[in-house]
Amino acid sequence: MTQAFRIENGGLINRDKKLSFKFNGKTYFGYEGDTLASALLANGVHLVGRSFKYHRPRGFFGAGVDEPYAVVQLYRNGETEPNIKATEQELFDGLEAKSVNCWPSVNFDIGAINNFLKIFLPAGFYYKTFMWPKSFWYRIYEPFIRKAAGLGVASTKHDKERYEHKYEYCDLLIAGSGPSGLAGAYAAAKNGAKVILAEDKPRFGGSLLTSDVNIGNQSGKDWAEGIIAELKTMPNVVVKNRSQIFGYYDHNMLVMSEKVSDHLPSTKKYHPNKRLWYIRAKEVLISSGSIERPIVFGNNDTPGVMLSSAAKEYLKVYGVLVGRKPLVFTNNDSGYETAIEFKKHGVDPVVLDSRKNPASEIIDEAKNLGINIKNSYVVVAAQGYKKVKSADIASISEDKKQLGKIENIQCDCICVSGFWTPTVHLASQSGNKTKFKEEIDAFVPGQSKQNEITLGAANGEFSLEETLKTSFKAGSELSKKITQKDNEIAVPNVVEKKSSQHDKFWCVPLPKGKNYKRFLDFQNDVAVSDVEIALREGYRSIEHVKRYTTLGMATDQGKTSNLNGLQLVSEIENKVVPAVGHTTFRPPYTPVSIGAIVGREVGKHSKPTRKSPMHTWHEKNNAVFVDAGVWLRPRYYKRGNENLFEASKREAKNVRTNVGVCDVTTLGKIDIKGPDAAELLNRVYTNAWLKLPVGKARYGVMLREDGIVMDDGTTTRISENHYHMTTTTAQAANVLSHLEYYLQLVWPELNVNVVSTTEQWAGAAIAGPKSRDLLQKLFQNSDVSNEGLPFMGYMEGDLFGVKARIFRISFSGELAYEVNVESDYGNFMWEKIIEVGKEFNIQPYGTEALSTLRIEMGHVAGSELDGRTIPFDNALEGLVSKKKDFIGKRSLQRSAFIAEDRQRIVGVVPLDKQTSIPEGSHLVKDDKAPLPNPKLGHISASCWSVEYDNPFSLAILKDGKNMIGQKLFAMSPLKNKVIPVEIVSSHYVDPKGERVRS
Amino acid sequence: MLYINCPHCGMRSQNEFSYGGDASVKRPELNKEVSDQEWDNFVYNRKSLRGKHLELWQHISGCRQWIKVERDTATHEIFRTFKADEEVA
Ligand SMILES: [Zn+2]
Repeated sequence: MTQAFRIENGGLINRDKKLSFKFNGKTYFGYEGDTLASALLANGVHLVGRSFKYHRPRGFFGAGVDEPYAVVQLYRNGETEPNIKATEQELFDGLEAKSVNCWPSVNFDIGAINNFLKIFLPAGFYYKTFMWPKSFWYRIYEPFIRKAAGLGVASTKHDKERYEHKYEYCDLLIAGSGPSGLAGAYAAAKNGAKVILAEDKPRFGGSLLTSDVNIGNQSGKDWAEGIIAELKTMPNVVVKNRSQIFGYYDHNMLVMSEKVSDHLPSTKKYHPNKRLWYIRAKEVLISSGSIERPIVFGNNDTPGVMLSSAAKEYLKVYGVLVGRKPLVFTNNDSGYETAIEFKKHGVDPVVLDSRKNPASEIIDEAKNLGINIKNSYVVVAAQGYKKVKSADIASISEDKKQLGKIENIQCDCICVSGFWTPTVHLASQSGNKTKFKEEIDAFVPGQSKQNEITLGAANGEFSLEETLKTSFKAGSELSKKITQKDNEIAVPNVVEKKSSQHDKFWCVPLPKGKNYKRFLDFQNDVAVSDVEIALREGYRSIEHVKRYTTLGMATDQGKTSNLNGLQLVSEIENKVVPAVGHTTFRPPYTPVSIGAIVGREVGKHSKPTRKSPMHTWHEKNNAVFVDAGVWLRPRYYKRGNENLFEASKREAKNVRTNVGVCDVTTLGKIDIKGPDAAELLNRVYTNAWLKLPVGKARYGVMLREDGIVMDDGTTTRISENHYHMTTTTAQAANVLSHLEYYLQLVWPELNVNVVSTTEQWAGAAIAGPKSRDLLQKLFQNSDVSNEGLPFMGYMEGDLFGVKARIFRISFSGELAYEVNVESDYGNFMWEKIIEVGKEFNIQPYGTEALSTLRIEMGHVAGSELDGRTIPFDNALEGLVSKKKDFIGKRSLQRSAFIAEDRQRIVGVVPLDKQTSIPEGSHLVKDDKAPLPNPKLGHISASCWSVEYDNPFSLAILKDGKNMIGQKLFAMSPLKNKVIPVEIVSSHYVDPKGERVRS
Repeated sequence: MLYINCPHCGMRSQNEFSYGGDASVKRPELNKEVSDQEWDNFVYNRKSLRGKHLELWQHISGCRQWIKVERDTATHEIFRTFKADEEVA
């Protein structure tokens, strides 16, 4: 296959390296340095897709980030990615791509019937038509739209690629490596500033790669290469190509997406696919350049119609002719530059200039080359369906209202230039209010909002000499502020051709009797007529017009369509463009892969995993783990073919009859020291703490200021001014912040220090009637008798040479102890307990058995302390001091909290003693009552009582105090269950609490 | 992402901090009679200002100190930051 449209020489591609690729199943060849777009054009392929709404044939319109048409589905290394711009995708050997938006094929597309039923999809069509009848939405409209719409298909497979995040700081961040960016970077770097220069394309240089200019006696391109080469040698400079700064956020934080591997057939080992840079810059130079805008005319979406700057770029960078009979349609001098390039390569263009008598150096050059120029001429309509075959052209009156006689001329492409639109997105995102610049018919940045400065074409400055001057100066001054250095840089001599004023002309009127579609937004198929409809129907705000018509809403974000849309609205509304205003520029400037945004935080890395020091033992002993916050905890230890229910029942029963051991390392632990420690506890807990003796633990409840229970746990007085607090696993971090808040802000006079020691201690709960016998064998030098270590007592002990803390506290309701050792000894402790406990038939138990034990004892936990309950609701009012004040006490006087029928914890047993009640079930009086059935309460936790061998649940029930003995229904619509139940005391087992004291 | 000057640690990114609400709220003293209205104002009622706002942040992934930050809620501009015990003039 020959590359018929590749010129013999020239371009910046590597002709020594031929690459093979496939497009829509057909094999082609290109060169290293090509984009998919340039390689296709080199092969004469202009038809790449179908448009979004009307499914009209689509070709290439641009040569870079602004491309609205050439969006393809890419296949690389066994993966597929949608929404890839062919103009940005670099060619690699073996690349495969397919068209999107067409079904069954790009050449024969059924959706194109929309195009012939023109009435079918005008502005607001979706809003109007698909409203009614409602039942049609799911069955007919939605599937139809889903099939027809979309810019490709997301892969359903797991993404094998890796994405990285990087945080970086610099003195000067520069967005864009055109003349302004290079000059700014160079001057700042010479002053010793830390500079990051970002370029979204593979090649540095921006407009210098394609413009016919001379800087310091070198071509623009050579000058740019020299600067880049020097910058790369400087240790204080980072230059990054393939890197798009897509968002400007608060406090000079900018985010850049670096395509590390997209240009390669597959990602290199240990390399990411993309790297997202979070850059905090002291100063920002926005040198993002400008994008050529089109002139609107009939059938201006036909493949072969493209921006004149793109045609020039394909020729100068890639050595590709976009046509052999080009028609250039321009309202300014840029079109001539393209025409001159064609002519230099032996192709004869025709130039149509809407201006009557333009004169400039560039135009003179074109004339001298003998280029055919028609002044006061416009393209009325492109002709040809899948490719431009000819153009209807006509002369135009000076007021641009009257067209002369229509003539048809043969051409195979139409290169259009409607002047330049500065890329103000980043400046606007920083908070800069843009202003309209009459001379260029476009918005430019206004007053700097953050530490940003916009220069060059992005600021509406199109003279190279002026751009270099201001950019060198800015680079020096910005860096001088930071480094205090002042190394003067001489601005090189610049040779450029002066251009003449552009024509304020952007849309060709329709000839009489013709109804050509004239597109404003090429990606979303928004035509002039659509905007007219929106305005006729009363939409006035540009933001509303945008949403109603979808103008500028596609993935190209209207880079080529926004200004012409505004011109149209201003014309119809008879307002000046600045009065119409523009829609908000929001990040990202270009689409960013979700993978890049997520970075490494996927799968098991989506949150940290915390493991106790005994984790490996649990694993070896068939533990089945459960997530407890960020911790992994054994849920149960599987024996043989046991399931969760059987195993947890066995484990819980063994605690009630023998002895069990549970890993409680995950409990939050806070070390509290200082002479005012007792006073702090007394203020944050609801009960009294001033008289707790050394060597004693106490259970405490903490409230929020609004009276709601925040957390519970035990705190032990280790020595005179030293306490050890435990919190629930889930609330550990919040409780610490809570204590710090009061100590630092509310009571700074208290002399107390708090610090988290959760990770410093490994914990094992030893529970069951035989726990004391076991403990005595573990701590042979200590007296752990009921007298030596009474309930809520504390002592230090020697565990076979390891220092341990022993607390006599119980969550299971059995005689129980908690042993803590320093984390490094956790596994030693655990193995000793298991080893010595063998003779007492010890079994480890997991969180499921732990729950069972606490539920049937009526001990509250996270499912009752759910951020909606007060102490009374949890039957904890006995712990609420009437004498002293504490955090949240005043709120307990709220009328709802002291209501006679206030909710309260109760026990619930199914009448059949068989059916387990799903957690979350509602308790109702009448199971047949019409919906919504009045809810009296809800089931907070359920278990299978090992004591009574029947289901048992806890519930928070309205007027729970007076409901004991009542018969209600537990209803779970989710599980489709209605269970008749009886309300009993929440203390189902050992209501007097004798076991813990035994 | 905001860039917050922790008076103890220096300039740090927002993801090291957690937000703590209006810094001008004063907790009524313990053991003092407080009317329902006063208590409601303390616990619930906040102004939700547009503009300059003195607020609390805690440098949780840093020095763990609570600090006061004077920030514009509309523009996110941060004017000054203070230690917990510093008086704001
Ligand atoms: Zn700090």
